[in-house]
Amino acid sequence: MYTIKQEVDARGMACPGPLMELVRMAKKAQPGDVIAVISSDPGSIKDIPAWAEKVGHRLLEVIELDNRARKFVIEIQARKPL
Amino acid sequence: MKPYRILIVGGGVGGTLLANLLVRRLRPEEAQVTLLSRDGEHVYQPGWLYVAVEDEEETELSRPEKELLRQEVFFLHDEAERFDLDRRQVWTHSGERVPYDMLVIATGSRLDLDRIPGLREGAHHFYSAVGARNLQHALRAFRGGRIVIGIGGMPFKCPVAPLEFTFLLDDYLRRRNLRQQSEIVYTFPIGRCFPIESVAELAQRYLDERAIRTEFFFDIDGIDPERRRISSLVGELEYDLAVIIPPHRGAEAIIASQIGDEEGWIPTDRYTLQMEGVEQVWVIGDATNIPISKAGSTAHYQAHVVAERITAFVRDQEPEAHYDGHVQCFLELGEGKATLLDFNYEMPPSPPRPSRFYHIAKKLFNRAYWYLIPPGRI
Ligand SMILES: Cc1cc2nc3c(=O)[nH]c(=O)nc-3n(C[C@H](O)[C@H](O)[C@H](O)COP(=O)(O)OP(=O)(O)OC[C@H]3O[C@@H](n4cnc5c(N)ncnc54)[C@H](O)[C@@H]3O)c2cc1C
Repeated sequence: MYTIKQEVDARGMACPGPLMELVRMAKKAQPGDVIAVISSDPGSIKDIPAWAEKVGHRLLEVIELDNRARKFVIEIQARKPL
Repeated sequence: MKPYRILIVGGGVGGTLLANLLVRRLRPEEAQVTLLSRDGEHVYQPGWLYVAVEDEEETELSRPEKELLRQEVFFLHDEAERFDLDRRQVWTHSGERVPYDMLVIATGSRLDLDRIPGLREGAHHFYSAVGARNLQHALRAFRGGRIVIGIGGMPFKCPVAPLEFTFLLDDYLRRRNLRQQSEIVYTFPIGRCFPIESVAELAQRYLDERAIRTEFFFDIDGIDPERRRISSLVGELEYDLAVIIPPHRGAEAIIASQIGDEEGWIPTDRYTLQMEGVEQVWVIGDATNIPISKAGSTAHYQAHVVAERITAFVRDQEPEAHYDGHVQCFLELGEGKATLLDFNYEMPPSPPRPSRFYHIAKKLFNRAYWYLIPPGRI
């Protein structure tokens, strides 16, 4: 189980959008923190996992909500040495 | 009945327009409108984009706030230092206590240059009058090399501005015959050049055409001014000139009064624009925590909604106006072309084919701003 430390509801927010909200939250978060974003953008399905993979955070789960919205839950990982 | 005391804090795009709309709608017996603002000058921030990269200055960057306000608005030139929402009063820098019946917070956003190590010393930006002027000097002295554009933190106002700057910079270097000796690198913290996919695809075509290099997932976390390097989660980049959008925060008074989140954004209902859990307080423009573009057009549409809701409140009517998430931004693509992003909570943007028309429209709007927006003509 996990406890979500910060969550943003970005439904209907075309710009800056759900992924940019994750970037924002991730920047302030500590390794081990769990953050979440709710998105109604179909593009998030590929964008958010791709981002998590690239910057080294862990996608814990994607929860289907009503109205085609999804909640993406991310665990922040320690920064990899370059 | 005594007239309601309406206090608006912040005389930027949103606050100025709202003050004028309210005194137009409400009779003096119904309400007295006070605008409390720190700056005696009203600035047109979109004009800063052009300061650094245009040879001539056509855009008028500021006008005295008082000239933009209808005479029925009482202008208080002071800074709000503490919001006391329980007692419905605001304390100002000069020690004055300003009581109100209704409050609107429109204090915009501010730059937090110390949030990223090395940012202040190592990079330029065009997000303030001084920053834009310094960048203008740096570019005039530039003789070639690598210019890196990047995002120092989220959120930042006018999310299209870094792309616009990049295209206008390309034009500028070509005009000065410096483009061949220069490399432009546009970086962005996610996997494409703009959050909205359709817009990113369009802009990427223009970036490719102009041979502008891109680096993605580039979430800047430090700048080393000595070694001229910018670091991110995914790697480092060397630069000769760095143009980095500084991290933004809400007003200090919001943080000091503990009425917002830790970054100073005020929890706001996305439809009614009322401050969450607080009656008779509304928030507009950059100051809200709504995860939508921080833009002048956002503040503009929101001011109209709050004017209607306050009018309904004063007249004891059911408020009907809701903010639908409407935002409208031009996107300059260089070589005299632009497009338009127009969207709301329900409808993502689908930008029209870039053309001279939108570029000219943006340029005209830059001049017409003073006539159109603060007085509430549109
Ligand atoms: C380079 C650049 C380009 C841009 N381009 C565009 C564009 O093309 N289109 C667009 O829509 N938007 C654009 N924007 C964004 C736009 O300028 C802002 O989003 C907009 O000004 C926000 O309006 P506001 O009323 O919330 O705040 P502001 O207009 O920033 O006004 C805030 C006001 O509050 C006052 N204030 C702050 N703190 C206090 C206090 N404690 N007490 C009293 N007064 C206080 C300030 O003095 C200021 O007058 C651009 C911004 C920049 C920097």
